[in-house]
Amino acid sequence: MITLEPIARPGAPLARRNPVAKVAAAMLFVLPLMTTLDPVAPAIAIAVELAVLPLFGVHPGLLARRAWPLLAAAGGILVTLVLFAADRSGRVLLDAGPVVVTTGVLTTALGLILRLFAVALPGVIVFATTDPTDLADALVQNAKAPARFAIGALAAFRLVPLLGQEWQLITMARRARGVEAGRHPIARLRMFVSTAYALLVGAIRRGTRLAVAMDARGFDSGVPRTVARRQRFSAADWLLMVAATATAGATLAVSVVLGTFRPLIG
Amino acid sequence: MGAGVWVRGFGWRHAGRRGWAVRGVDLRVERGERVLLLGPSGAGKSTLLAALAGLLPEDSGEHEGTIEIDGRPVGEGVGIVFQDPQSQLVMSRSGDDVAFGLENRGVPTGQIWQRVDEALDRVGFPYHRDRPTAALSGGEQQRLALAGVLALRPGLLLLDEPTANLDPAGAALIRAALARAVDADTTLILVEHRVADALPLVDRVVVLEPGGGVRADGPPDTVFAAHGDALAAEGVWVPGRTIPPRRATAPAGEVLLTAERLGQPPRLTPTDLTVRAGEALAVLGPNGAGKSTLALLLGGLLRPGTGRLVASPELAGTDSGTAPHRWRAPALTRRIGSVFQNPEHQFVTGTVFDELALGPRRTGAAEPAVRDRVSELLSRLRLDRLAAANPYTLSGGEARRLSVATALATAPRVLLCDEPTFGQDRRTWRELVDLLADLRDTGNGMVAVTHDAEFVAALADRTLMLAPPATSPEAR
Repeated sequence: MITLEPIARPGAPLARRNPVAKVAAAMLFVLPLMTTLDPVAPAIAIAVELAVLPLFGVHPGLLARRAWPLLAAAGGILVTLVLFAADRSGRVLLDAGPVVVTTGVLTTALGLILRLFAVALPGVIVFATTDPTDLADALVQNAKAPARFAIGALAAFRLVPLLGQEWQLITMARRARGVEAGRHPIARLRMFVSTAYALLVGAIRRGTRLAVAMDARGFDSGVPRTVARRQRFSAADWLLMVAATATAGATLAVSVVLGTFRPLIG
Repeated sequence: MGAGVWVRGFGWRHAGRRGWAVRGVDLRVERGERVLLLGPSGAGKSTLLAALAGLLPEDSGEHEGTIEIDGRPVGEGVGIVFQDPQSQLVMSRSGDDVAFGLENRGVPTGQIWQRVDEALDRVGFPYHRDRPTAALSGGEQQRLALAGVLALRPGLLLLDEPTANLDPAGAALIRAALARAVDADTTLILVEHRVADALPLVDRVVVLEPGGGVRADGPPDTVFAAHGDALAAEGVWVPGRTIPPRRATAPAGEVLLTAERLGQPPRLTPTDLTVRAGEALAVLGPNGAGKSTLALLLGGLLRPGTGRLVASPELAGTDSGTAPHRWRAPALTRRIGSVFQNPEHQFVTGTVFDELALGPRRTGAAEPAVRDRVSELLSRLRLDRLAAANPYTLSGGEARRLSVATALATAPRVLLCDEPTFGQDRRTWRELVDLLADLRDTGNGMVAVTHDAEFVAALADRTLMLAPPATSPEAR
C-alpha cells in the first residue's frame, strides 16, 4: 500500500512553513552540493539535515522507514563498486581472487553513498511534512501555477492508492479464468503487460468520470477561482530559503578549506 | 430559486456512432417539480441528464433541438450527482471537497466555510469537515457528493442512479438525505431503476422510448396502470410485480467444499461453512463484514490467513489433499468458477467470442468442442449479436451476462458470485436467477455473496449471515 500522508508533528516550526518555501529551500540546499565529488561536503550536509529533523517534527524512526529504498540503493552502490571499480588504489583490505577490496574503492563508495543520502533526504523530509492539498494550494497561490494543473494533479494523485488494490483484484480475477503466468519468464512478462493494460483501461475510465464530475462542479470553467484555504508566504519562509542557501555555501566552504573539494567539472 | 426546464425536439449522437443516443424528446418541467425519468436500458436517460447539466461539449457529437433552463442555455444553476462515489470526490478532506465547487464558482473566501457547513448539515453528514474522504463508507461518500452539489444552490438537481453502487443501508442513507435536503422549490430529475425506492421522492414519471421521443408522462399511478406490463418486460423494476422464486427441486447432495475457521484478519473473522451440490447458499452481511474476502478464499484465489479450505476428493480430482489456493489456474477454473463484482476485472481478450473460448482452450478442449460450447453460451445469454464486440464496450447488463458465461464455459462444479445482480435491470436479473437455478438443479454447488434481499428470496436454499466488522470502519 502506498502511503503519502505526512508523518510529522504538524506544530513543528519548520513543518509549518509554506510548502513552496520548503520545496525551494530543499532545492537551494541540494543544488550546490551536486558540484562536488568529495565525501566531506555531503557528510556535513547529512549532519545538518539530521540536526534540523526535530524542527520539522519528524521522528528519526519514521524517517528511516520512509527512506529505506535509499538504504537499498546504498547497498547496490557498495556491491557494484567492490565488484567493478576500475580504480583499485590504496591499501588492500581483502583479496579474494578477482575481488580486491582496497581503501580507494571504499572511499569512492563512501563518497557516492553520502552524496545519495545528502541529496535525497531533504526531499524525503519535505514531502513527509507536507500535506499534498497544502502543496497544491501553495503552488496555485504563491507560485502562480495554473489551478488546472495543480488541482487536477492533486485529484489524480488521490486515485493512486486505488491502483494497488486494482492490480491485486485483476490478478485474482485472471487466475479464476485459468490465466496464470507460472514460472516461465516470458509468460510472466506477457502477463504483466496484459494486466497493466487492464489496469490502464480501468484507470482511464475512472479518470474520465472524475474529470466529468469536476466539470459538472464548474472546474476550469473560466470563472476566476477563489480559495477556501489561504496559504501565506511570510518573512519566515524567505528566511528558510536564505538559511538553506547560506548553509549549503558554508558546507562547500568547509570542504574547500579542508582541501577535499573536488569539483564535478574540471 | 427552482428552475423550469424546456426541452424541444432534443437529440444527441455521440461522435463516431451510427445511432442516436437520444432523439425527439419534448419535455416541459415546471419549477419545483420532481420527475422520475424511466426507460429500458439504452433509451438515453443518462445522455439526456448529461445534456441538461451542460456536459456534452459541442465537439463530442451532433445535436438537434434546444434545451432551455429558465430561458437560459444549459449548465448554469444545474447540479448533478452520479452513480460512482469514488470518482466524484476530488479532495482528500470532506470539507475541502464541498468547498471545491464553491471555489470554482468564485464564491468569496469569507462565505465558503459557512456554506460548506450548511451543506454538510443539510445532508446530515455525521462527521467534522476534516474527516478524510477515504475513511467514509460508500453511502457517506455519496452523501458528501450530494452536499458538494447542494452547496452550489442549484435550481435544477439531476441524479443519475445515485444509489446504484450502494448497499441497502447506504441507499437508504441517500434517500433520507435527499428527502431532507432538497428545497421544496428545487426542480428534481432522477434516473433510478429501482422504482419503488424512488417513488416517495417524485410526483411525476416520464418514460423515454428507446427509438426516440417520450412514451408516457404523468403521475406514477396513471403511467404504471397504462404501461406497467410493457415496462416490466423491458427490464424496468415496476413496483408491485413479484418474480416467482426458484427453490431447489431436490434435497442438497454431497459436500463439495468445507471451510474450517476460514478467515483473513482483519478483513474476515474465522468462518465455518459447507458448500453442497445442488444447493444455493447466500452469504449476507453488512459492508465491511468480509463477504468479498470470503468469496475470494472459497474461490481458491487468496491464501487463507486462518483456518483452511478443504475440497472433497470428488471436486479436487488429481489435486486431492492440496488446498485450492495451491491448484494450478487451469485446474482451478474447471472445478471452482468465480464471478467478480466488477465484470471488467475478468476480461482478458479482445472479443466476446474469444473471452468465452478462453477457459475451454486453457483447459485443453479441442477446437470444435470449444466452438460448440461458445455458441451454446452465446445464445443462452443473448449475446449472439455481440460475438465480435470488444468486452470493454458492453453495457452493464451485457458485461454481467458475459462474466457469468465465461465462468460457466469451463463447467465448474462450484460457482461463486460476488454481487451478481448489482445494478442490473429486471430482465437481466430474472435471467440470472433462472440460469443460476438451472445450474443448481443440475447438481452444482452455488454460493452468492449479496445484499439483494429479493435475489436471496428468489434463489437461496440456505443463508449465512456474517457478523459486522469488529474494528471501526476507519481501520478498513
